[in-house]
Amino acid sequence: MPRLYVLFACLLLTAPALAAVGAELNNRPHRAEYDEARYYAHQGEWFEALIRFDAGQVRSGGSAPKGPARLPGLLAGDFALSYRMDQRAEAALQAVIDGPVPEAVRNEALFRLAQMYFRNGRTKEALQAVRRIRGSVPAAIRADLAFLRANIALDSGRPAEAVAILKDLQGEKSLEGFSAYNLGIALLRSGSEQQGREQLDRAGRIDSSDRAAMAIRDKANLVLGERLLGEQDFPAAKKVLDRVRLSGPFSNRSLLSSGWADASQEQFGNALVPWSILAERRAADPAVQEALLAVPYAYGRLGVYSTAAGKYEAALQAFGGEIARLDASLAGIGQGALLSSLAQVEAARDVDWMVNLRERPETFYLVDLMASGEFQESVNNYLDLEQLRKKLDAWAGDLAAFEDILRLRSAYYEPLLPAIDREFRQLDGQVRLRSEQRNRIAGQLEAMERAPRPDLLMTADERAMSEQVAGWERMMTPERRKITPQLWHRIRRLRGALVWNIHADYDRRFAAARAHLRELDHELGMLIEQRRSFEQTRQAVAGSYQGHGDAMGRLRQRIHAAQGTVRALSARQGQMLESMAVKELTRRRDRLEELRLKARFALADSYDRAGKAGVRGKGAQ
Amino acid sequence: MFILSRRFILAIALGLLSFPAYAGDASKEQLKSLDEQVQEIKAETLNLAVQMRLLEEKLLYPSTTQVAVYVSLDDAQKFRPDSIEIQLDGKQVAQHLYTARELEALQKGGMQRIYVGNIASGDHVLQVLVAGKAAGGAGVRRKGTFKFRKDAGPRLLEVRLAEPDAAMISLRD
Repeated sequence: MPRLYVLFACLLLTAPALAAVGAELNNRPHRAEYDEARYYAHQGEWFEALIRFDAGQVRSGGSAPKGPARLPGLLAGDFALSYRMDQRAEAALQAVIDGPVPEAVRNEALFRLAQMYFRNGRTKEALQAVRRIRGSVPAAIRADLAFLRANIALDSGRPAEAVAILKDLQGEKSLEGFSAYNLGIALLRSGSEQQGREQLDRAGRIDSSDRAAMAIRDKANLVLGERLLGEQDFPAAKKVLDRVRLSGPFSNRSLLSSGWADASQEQFGNALVPWSILAERRAADPAVQEALLAVPYAYGRLGVYSTAAGKYEAALQAFGGEIARLDASLAGIGQGALLSSLAQVEAARDVDWMVNLRERPETFYLVDLMASGEFQESVNNYLDLEQLRKKLDAWAGDLAAFEDILRLRSAYYEPLLPAIDREFRQLDGQVRLRSEQRNRIAGQLEAMERAPRPDLLMTADERAMSEQVAGWERMMTPERRKITPQLWHRIRRLRGALVWNIHADYDRRFAAARAHLRELDHELGMLIEQRRSFEQTRQAVAGSYQGHGDAMGRLRQRIHAAQGTVRALSARQGQMLESMAVKELTRRRDRLEELRLKARFALADSYDRAGKAGVRGKGAQ
Repeated sequence: MFILSRRFILAIALGLLSFPAYAGDASKEQLKSLDEQVQEIKAETLNLAVQMRLLEEKLLYPSTTQVAVYVSLDDAQKFRPDSIEIQLDGKQVAQHLYTARELEALQKGGMQRIYVGNIASGDHVLQVLVAGKAAGGAGVRRKGTFKFRKDAGPRLLEVRLAEPDAAMISLRD
């Protein structure tokens, strides 16, 4: 019974949570990666979602992933829970709870943690988690939290507390049917028998078009009807059982019980109505198998022994057919048919694997088993392992392809690199030279701002002329100046004109020199950019095939090790599934053998009675 | 998918509540231990997947030449894309037909990486062709052309689809 509470409570919450947390991430870096993760999560592809989420983490952290403690927020918990990585989900949620987050977020994380604990049967931890929830709770989870609290209370043997909570939830549309049914169960467990029955009666009359609500309504009627049947209140039981829909997960059992309610009142004709409907259904169902015997039993009690005998024969035939089918299933499982069916399911990415497996010969009889949480968990694990195996195989192939790429790149670039490096050294030399020149000129101009040096701004002609004049000046010794005073004056005039020109034009020349320096800066900038781009490209080229060897080697080793682990775990999980399936099929086969034995005795008895009836008839004539 | 699963599992749970648990057959401890080991190998494989993804990007789409195009929906209630085609510098690089699940994922705020590739630095043209249905069910076809520049780092572009009356396609960095 608690399984219902758990499943329902757990399933309710994933969708709104994703949306809420996603909005929060919009303001974070690497939004694209997170939003892509959500794209896959909303399609139920949790592994792909987790890859993107973790890649986003690595990129934003700039280092290798260090485990779930680094994962931010509830999104990580959601993904991990959905991918059935409870350990990681627990760590992620715990990190949120312990972190500096708003009260509502902490409470939501506690709620999910409690949900996970409860689903795993860790009721005490679930109780501790919900008890830590205080203060503001997001509106979207309030009802579900209350429902979870009630379920935990029921599971912990505190039905009165569950009753109080569930009473407040009766108007909650999202829990329609479930809260009503659970309240009935809680009342019964708390000792309020009459109130419990009345509540189950109310739950059995809920008017809804929702499939889940209709199913829980049927369940309420079945539980109440069978309770009344057990207490021999046959008319009331019949009335309640007949409220169960003719199609639905509870119809077979309700039809069987409805027939027994009639039969118990010696109304065998009436009992034949539900039993005959049931007997036409799929013979693998235990209720149908019982109906196959109940129908001839009713005919027998009505005195129609020949028909009863015929029906017993038909039942024997049906049982024989089902036993043969079970033998074939058992043989198939022995030959690996179950696991190969599961592999096909995984290959088809079949989300409704349980429905489709029911139609396969090797799994035809495993409906009950497939509905059990443990078997489902095992199948899901097996399917996940199968998926992991394929991924690891594919990555091993990818690594081989990457190695080929590296080899080809190396073969292409290695011969080209020496020439490229020579060109680079040339360019680098130019850049250095120009930089030095530029710095020297800039230094001089800066010094000239403090102490003007017009001589430094002479043109080449002026400099040549100045040197020429200086040569003449050196030749003009004091003695010669006296001999050729005219020549001396001309040299002095020339020197004066030269000095005048460079001093008079100094400001313009200084401004021009600054402008030229700026132009030089621009040219130098372009050269530096060219060198940077060259360097970057050179680095990218080298990086495209160098320095990956060790990382790829480590990855290869890890992939190889993981392949081995997956194979071993898959084999163990497969064996466990096969063992569970074989036990279930054997149990069902034993039950069918019992029914066949009963049918044989009943058949003989029917022939006997038919014979006696014939003799009595003749005697009377 | 989780909606489908939820309904389905719920139905199964409802159907078989009163049947016995089967863990007794293959002891609960065995199942638990195996489940924990499965979780561990999932974590290891996940880590490997991330490393492989990063390695693949580094080798095939280095940041100096990488360009990635993402698709998102702006006004999810009013427009339902059926298909999209992406052209880069006049060459078709991606096209996609949306399934109901993918559409739902976009409507809920997911973002699809529709293309990742390499281009040279400089100016480029991205063309987006979208076909879908407007709020009233009428078919809509739209084309958007965008210029963008690729520098030294990776270039991530988001094609945001909106309701047909306004600027239906926009490009965000």
